[in-house]
Amino acid sequence: MTAATTIDAMDTVMVDSGPSEQDAVLDIRNLQVFYATPSGDVRAVDNVSFKVQRGEIIGLVGESGCGKTTTAMAILRLVQPPGRIAGGEINLDSVNLADLEGDDLRETRWTKLSLIPQGAMNSLNPVMRISSQIKDTIRTHEGRISNRELKERILQLLQLVGLPSRVYDMYPHELSGGMKQRACIAMAIALDPVLVIADEPTSALDVVVQRVVGETLLDVKERLGVSMIVIGHDMGLMAQLVDRLAVMYAGRIVEFAPVESIFNEQLHPYTQLLIESIPSIKEKKPLKLTEGLTHDLRTHMQGCIFQLRCPHVMDICREENPPMRALRSRHETACHLYDDDGIRLH
Amino acid sequence: MSELTLGYFLRRLGMWLLTIWIGATLIFTIPRLAPGDPITAMVERMIQQAGYIENSADLIEAWRARFGLDGPWHVQYRNYLLSMVRVDLGYSLANFPARVTDIIGRSLPWTLGMVSIATILSFGAGNLIGALMAWRRVPAFIRNILPVSLTFTSIPFFMFGILLISFLAFKWKIFPAFGNYGRGVEPGWNLDFILSVLHHGLLPVLSIVVTSMGFWALGMRGMMVTTDGEDYMILANAKGLRSRRIFWFYGIRNSMLPQVTALALNLGAVAGGSLLVELIFGYPGLGYFLYQAIISADYTVIQGIVFMLIVGVATAVLILDLLYPMIDPRITYSKGQA
Repeated sequence: MTAATTIDAMDTVMVDSGPSEQDAVLDIRNLQVFYATPSGDVRAVDNVSFKVQRGEIIGLVGESGCGKTTTAMAILRLVQPPGRIAGGEINLDSVNLADLEGDDLRETRWTKLSLIPQGAMNSLNPVMRISSQIKDTIRTHEGRISNRELKERILQLLQLVGLPSRVYDMYPHELSGGMKQRACIAMAIALDPVLVIADEPTSALDVVVQRVVGETLLDVKERLGVSMIVIGHDMGLMAQLVDRLAVMYAGRIVEFAPVESIFNEQLHPYTQLLIESIPSIKEKKPLKLTEGLTHDLRTHMQGCIFQLRCPHVMDICREENPPMRALRSRHETACHLYDDDGIRLH
Repeated sequence: MSELTLGYFLRRLGMWLLTIWIGATLIFTIPRLAPGDPITAMVERMIQQAGYIENSADLIEAWRARFGLDGPWHVQYRNYLLSMVRVDLGYSLANFPARVTDIIGRSLPWTLGMVSIATILSFGAGNLIGALMAWRRVPAFIRNILPVSLTFTSIPFFMFGILLISFLAFKWKIFPAFGNYGRGVEPGWNLDFILSVLHHGLLPVLSIVVTSMGFWALGMRGMMVTTDGEDYMILANAKGLRSRRIFWFYGIRNSMLPQVTALALNLGAVAGGSLLVELIFGYPGLGYFLYQAIISADYTVIQGIVFMLIVGVATAVLILDLLYPMIDPRITYSKGQA
């Protein structure tokens, strides 16, 4: 296992050739998150490495249980037992979050990175007014601020996400789902963080509201220049919102590329199947992604993690773990199907 | 917006009045269903003591008239309700010239004080212990010690009270075994009196608190575990709030809501239970006098005290009803919403 880790680490370092290296806000290296079970560790996130540039939105997609949310929770240091961060670095503005403890960690949270939660429906404290929930965050991190100034600031935030000022005095149950989600966005940018993680920001919302929330996120990003990681299954939202897209499978990133590039040409067989599975209103097509099984995440797999479901599986796939390689300009994939020049072998 | 509307207040007040009226009617009806007649019983008792009383039949008639027991039942009922409204509970049958209101007036403050302090302490301590047992940031050894404080929950409180008396009062003589304050002190706002009252009240309060807080603690622990899994708790952590603030304003604040409901539902039982405690500790509150009244068939006093208990519990429930929308904004005061 250690040998494999080292090889992966080397590969990642070699391949990473993002445009402006210094400007990476977040630099994740070989992140591993394991969940302890009676029959061994489940490797929910296994050797994930990627960078987020300043002002960039990264999309993180993949099927349920592939480790998207676990990756986000690890960045926020909110992995709950029996889960743990088993290895790797999470460098945010050159501070390794994986090493922070106690008050250092608490003070970093929300001032540097914030969360737009998955279940906005239940993510607001039902017995506190929206204003109080934003207030306590600001007060905790910035100390004493006059009430007048605080109110002005919160009203500005609400305006920024397109909420009327009456929301200030309202309780969560008085807001619609979309309004709650936007209140969460307002809260997420209250302290001007460098990175916002949006965990399925539009799930459980209807399509119209999904679009509004997506536009709100885009608007916020353009105004504040904040970097974001957006997690989701919603390819439409991804196309609308993100700059680069990372496709995760079984705890690893298998393809990472600018969003236009990935919609034009999917290199990894899993990404191909994933994009093909987007329903079309023009034609009826069978769902191909159901074939085969995901391997048991408790065991370290010899070779490629997608070999059990891959339609193009080759002998080498069962032997060697494919490294991440830039096969097109800024388009990285971990797949044996291509040679070093990016030419498909069969 | 949860604002106390007049309509909501009037509806709750109506419920309060209805409860008291039903209670008062039951008090009126039940003794009259029982065989026997209190006046006859009393005169017969006097005859036994004195050997012979002249014109005992006339005496019984005169007293029945005096106590308003001679008319038909609907007249009696009307007079009874009127006197309840005027807070005129009549005379004690056993200690004749003493008025029931005086007996209640003397004993009510002691019961009210003891029961409310015991309830608040038990509710507060129980909930806090329960919340801490469920809070992962509490060191494990404290979380393991806390359940020990709940072992007495399985002992009936009157047994526990007897235990307290036999050890702390009789064996070690640390606390007095009965009474509400020492003989030597002058009642009033002086330190001696207050200390004496606390000294006398501690054991009864302790026996209620120790045996009932487990109920609150177990309920709270369950609620707190549920609350801790809520999305807003994760977000509160992500926000980098101090652990203490998350514990009180996000955890306890939300877990409290069902506990307050349970408190309102349990107030009747709490009041009933306190009667026995007063008896065991010879504490001259309502329960003590109620017992005295029952063994001397003092119907007017029984009626008065039971009526006071009903009014007390109904009032406490009314107050909780009015407070509830303040602690849970999802319950609105105005009708038809939420």
